[in-house]
Amino acid sequence: MSSWLDYTINGLIVGNVYALVAVGLALIFGVSRLINFAQGSIYLVGAYIGWVAVVQLHTPLPLTIILVAVTSAIVGLVIERFGLRPLQNSVRIAPLLATIGISFVLDQLVMLTFSPNPRALPSQLPDVRFQIGGGTIGPLDLLIAGVGLTSALLLFVFLRYSKLGWAVRATAQDRDAAMQMGVDVNRVNQAVFGIAAALGGVSGLLVGMYYNQIDTAMSLQATLKGVVAEVVGGAGNVPGAVIGSLLLGLVESYGVAVFGTSYRNLFAFLLLVLVLVLRPNGLFASARQAPPEPLTGTFIAPSRPVRIPRWALLAAAAAFAILPLLPVSFYVLQTLINAWLLGMLALSLTLVAGTIGQVSLGHAALLAIGAYTSALLSLTFAVPVGLAVIGAGLMSAALGTLLISPSFRLRGHYVSIATLAIGEIVSLVILNWESVTRGPIGISGIPPLSLFGHELISPTSIYWFSFGVMVVLALLQGRLLGSHLGRSFRAIRDDDIAARAYGLSLNRYKALAFIFGGFAAGVSGGIAAHLYSYINHETFNTQQSILALTVVILGGLGNVVGAIVGSVALVGLPEVFRIAAEYRILIYGIVLLLLVRFRPQGLLGTM
Amino acid sequence: MAEQRNTMLSLRGLTRRFGGLTAVNAIDLDLAKGELVSIIGPNGAGKTTLFNLVTGLDRPDAGEVRFEGEGITGLSPERLAAEGIARTFQLGRVFGNLSVMDNVLIGAHTRLRAVKPAVPLIGPLLELGLALLRPAGVRAEEERLREEVKVILARFGDRLLPRIDQPAYSLSYANRRRVEIARALALKPRLLLLDEPTAGMNPTETTEMQGLVAELKAEGLTILLIEHKLEMVMRLSDRVIVMDEGKKIAEGRGEVVRGDPKVIEAYLGHGLSGTAEQESAA
Ligand SMILES: Nc1ncnc2c1ncn2[C@@H]1O[C@H](COP(=O)(O)OP(=O)(O)OP(=O)(O)O)[C@@H](O)[C@H]1O
Ligand SMILES: [Mg+2]
Repeated sequence: MSSWLDYTINGLIVGNVYALVAVGLALIFGVSRLINFAQGSIYLVGAYIGWVAVVQLHTPLPLTIILVAVTSAIVGLVIERFGLRPLQNSVRIAPLLATIGISFVLDQLVMLTFSPNPRALPSQLPDVRFQIGGGTIGPLDLLIAGVGLTSALLLFVFLRYSKLGWAVRATAQDRDAAMQMGVDVNRVNQAVFGIAAALGGVSGLLVGMYYNQIDTAMSLQATLKGVVAEVVGGAGNVPGAVIGSLLLGLVESYGVAVFGTSYRNLFAFLLLVLVLVLRPNGLFASARQAPPEPLTGTFIAPSRPVRIPRWALLAAAAAFAILPLLPVSFYVLQTLINAWLLGMLALSLTLVAGTIGQVSLGHAALLAIGAYTSALLSLTFAVPVGLAVIGAGLMSAALGTLLISPSFRLRGHYVSIATLAIGEIVSLVILNWESVTRGPIGISGIPPLSLFGHELISPTSIYWFSFGVMVVLALLQGRLLGSHLGRSFRAIRDDDIAARAYGLSLNRYKALAFIFGGFAAGVSGGIAAHLYSYINHETFNTQQSILALTVVILGGLGNVVGAIVGSVALVGLPEVFRIAAEYRILIYGIVLLLLVRFRPQGLLGTM
Repeated sequence: MAEQRNTMLSLRGLTRRFGGLTAVNAIDLDLAKGELVSIIGPNGAGKTTLFNLVTGLDRPDAGEVRFEGEGITGLSPERLAAEGIARTFQLGRVFGNLSVMDNVLIGAHTRLRAVKPAVPLIGPLLELGLALLRPAGVRAEEERLREEVKVILARFGDRLLPRIDQPAYSLSYANRRRVEIARALALKPRLLLLDEPTAGMNPTETTEMQGLVAELKAEGLTILLIEHKLEMVMRLSDRVIVMDEGKKIAEGRGEVVRGDPKVIEAYLGHGLSGTAEQESAA
C-alpha cells in the first residue's frame, strides 16, 4: 500500500520526464508555430539507443546518457534539415503533415529494426529505496530529478547568455522582426530541433529505465503527453511547459491512485480537452489576446482540381461493378473490398480535413464507434444487420460530432491535437467501459452482413454491397459539395475570419461536416465489424487514421473521386508489388512525406 | 428625436488595449443614414482595430457600439453580418480556392432563406437535408442569387465577369480587392465598412474605385471608409475623422481637417506623408 507522498513523488518524477518532451515542443512551437508530432518518435529512438548502449555495449550510465542525447540530437537535426526546411515557404498544413509522416516513418523503422515486442531496459542503478517522511525514493528518482534540473539549468543559461539563445528568444517573440535584424532563422530552427531532440531522447531513456520496459507504442503516447503538458502550460511557453508537465504527472498519479492504472491516459486527455476548451492559450496565458497571426488562406495549397469527364467516371464505376462477373480471384475481390471500406473512411476524412479544413487525426474513432454500435445492435438487440449498419452511421454522426465539438473553436494544428486526443479517449472508454463494450476481451461472434434476411457471405456479394454503399455515399457527398454547404465549408477552410464576418457560424457548419462525414465513417466501421466478426479496442487505431489521411492527401484534399482513387492505390499497389505487411506502414509514411514535399495538392487536386 | 432615428451607427468611449498599448482610445463617433465618413490617420493609428470592434471580430475593453439604436457591443461577427453590417479587409481576405462566383455568393449567405429555415434546434439538420434534396424553392433561390451576383459583378465592368469561374487566388491583386467589395455588396448591407479599398491600386484603378464608392454613396448606402489617399477622401467624404495613437484628434469637413495643425503634426511626427503609399501588401 503506497502512501500519498509516494503518489506525489511518482507524479513529480513522471512529470519531470514529460517536461523533457514538453520543453522541446514548446521551443519548437515558439520559433516556428509548429507542433512537432515527431517528438515522441525521437523519444522512442532515444529509448532504443539507450537499450543498445546498456544491453549490448554495456556503457556506463553517464556515457549512455550522453550517447542518447547526441544521437537523438542528430536525428532532430536531420529531421529539421531534410524534413522541414524544404517546406519553409509552403502552406501551413505542410509541416504539420510532414511531422506526422516523419513520426510514422521513424516509429516503423524502429519497429522493423527491433521488432515490436517489449524489451527490458535495466537502469544500471542499485535497487535501494530511501525512506523520506511517509514515502520512499530510489536512486532512479533522484537521477531523473537531477537530469531534469540540470537540463533546465543548461537551457536557461543557453537561452539567457549565448548569442544563439538570444536569437532563439528573439525569433520566438517576433519572427519577422528577428529576421530583419539579421537573425539566421535556419540556425535558430536547427538549434531548437537539436535541443528538443536531445531532451526528448533522454526522456525516452529515463522512462524506459523507470518502467524497466520499452516498446514501440511509447512514441504516440509520448507525443500526446508532451503536447498535453505543453498546451496546458501555454503553447510556446517554456517555463509553462515545465509546470504543465508536473501538473500532468500529478493529475495522472493521483488519478491512478483513485481509479486504477487503466485510467492513467484518460486523465491526461481529459485534462487536454478541458484546457483546450476553457483556456486554449494555456493556464498561464495573460489576458485575452487576439490570435497571434492571421491564418489566412495559406493553410492548404491552392490548386485547380483535375476535372474527370462524367463518362469516364461512369465507365470506371461500371467496370468495377461487373468485375466479380469476370474470372478474377477472390484475392482481388478481397483487396478491393478493403479499398471500398477505406474509401468510405477517406470520403469522410476528405470532407472534414479537406473541404472544411479540420485535419482530424482521430478519425479511426468514428470507425470504432460505428463498429461497436453495429455489433452491439445486432448481437444484443437482434437488429437486422442492414439496419444496424445504418444505426452505426447515425451513431458515429451523432456521438462523433458531440465528442469533437469542443474542438470547433480551435484552429489549425490545435484541431489535430484535439482530435488525436479525442480518438484516444474513445479507445480508452471502450477499453474501460466493460459492462457495454466487454472491455479488453472485445466482441466476438458478430453476425455476418445480411440484407433483407439474406446473408452476404460470398466475396462477390460482399464486394457488391460495399462497393454499392461507397458509391452511394460518394454521390451524396458530391451533391453536398455542389450545394451552398459545399461553398460554405470551403470558405471556412480558406479563411474562417472572413467567413464569420459574412455570417457563417463555425459551430454550425463544422458540426454539419462532422455529422455528414461521421455517417460515412460509421457505416464503414459497421460493415467492417460484420466482416471481421471480432473487434476490440485496438481494431481501429491511429494507423488507420494516418492511412486515411495519406489517402486524402494523395487523392487531393476535399476531392471525392480522389479519395476513392487514393484508397484503391494505397490498398492495391502494395498487393500488386507484394510488399510484406510490415513494410506497408513505412511506405504509407514515406508516400505522405513525398506528397507533402512534391505534390501537396495530391493527384487530382484540392477541391 | 428625428436626428436620433437617422443615426445608423454610434460609438461611445470605444476602447481596446493590447497589453500596454491602447490601440483604440475612447472613440466617439456618430454616423447618419446615407452618410459617408472617412477615417484617416498614420499607420498604426488604430483604424483597422476600430473596424474590428464594430464588426465583432474583436471585443472592446470599454465603450459601447449602437447600430440603429440597438446596443450591439460584443455581438459575434455572424450576428452583425445578419444585422446588415458588411466590411472589406485591408490586406484582402478572399476565399482563395473559391471561384469569384462562390466568393460573392458567400456574401449573400445571410440572405439565404429557403435553404436555411429558421427552425430552432433541428434547423441545421433541415439545412443539410435541403442542401442534399434541393427542392424547387431552394433551387430558385440559388438561381436568383446567382443572377444577383452577376449584376453586382457587372458594376466592375469587365474586370470580374469574364473571370467569374476562376479561383480567387488566380486573380490580380486589384481584382481580389474588387471581389472583396462585390462580396460585401452581395450582403445588401445597411452599413458598409471599407478598409483601404484602393491599397495597392494604380491611379487608373483608384479612380475607378472612387467612382464606384461615389455611386454607392449616391444610392444612399451608409459608408465608413478608411483611406490613405487624401484626394479620394476629400472628394467623397461628408465628414473626416482623424485618428492618431488610438485617439480621435480631429473631426469635420475635409478641407477644415486638412489644415488642422494637430493633423499635420500627427502625420509629420510619424515621418509619413498622408498620400505616401504604404505597404504594398503583396
Ligand atoms: N491583435 C493585436 N495584438 C496586438 N497589437 C495589435 C493587434 N492588432 C493591432 N495591434 C496594434 O494596434 C495598433 C493599431 O493597429 P491598426 O491595425 O488598428 O492600425 P491602422 O490604423 O489600421 O494602421 P494601418 O494604416 O497601418 O493599417 C498598432 O500598433 C498595432 O500594432
Ligand atoms: Mg489598418
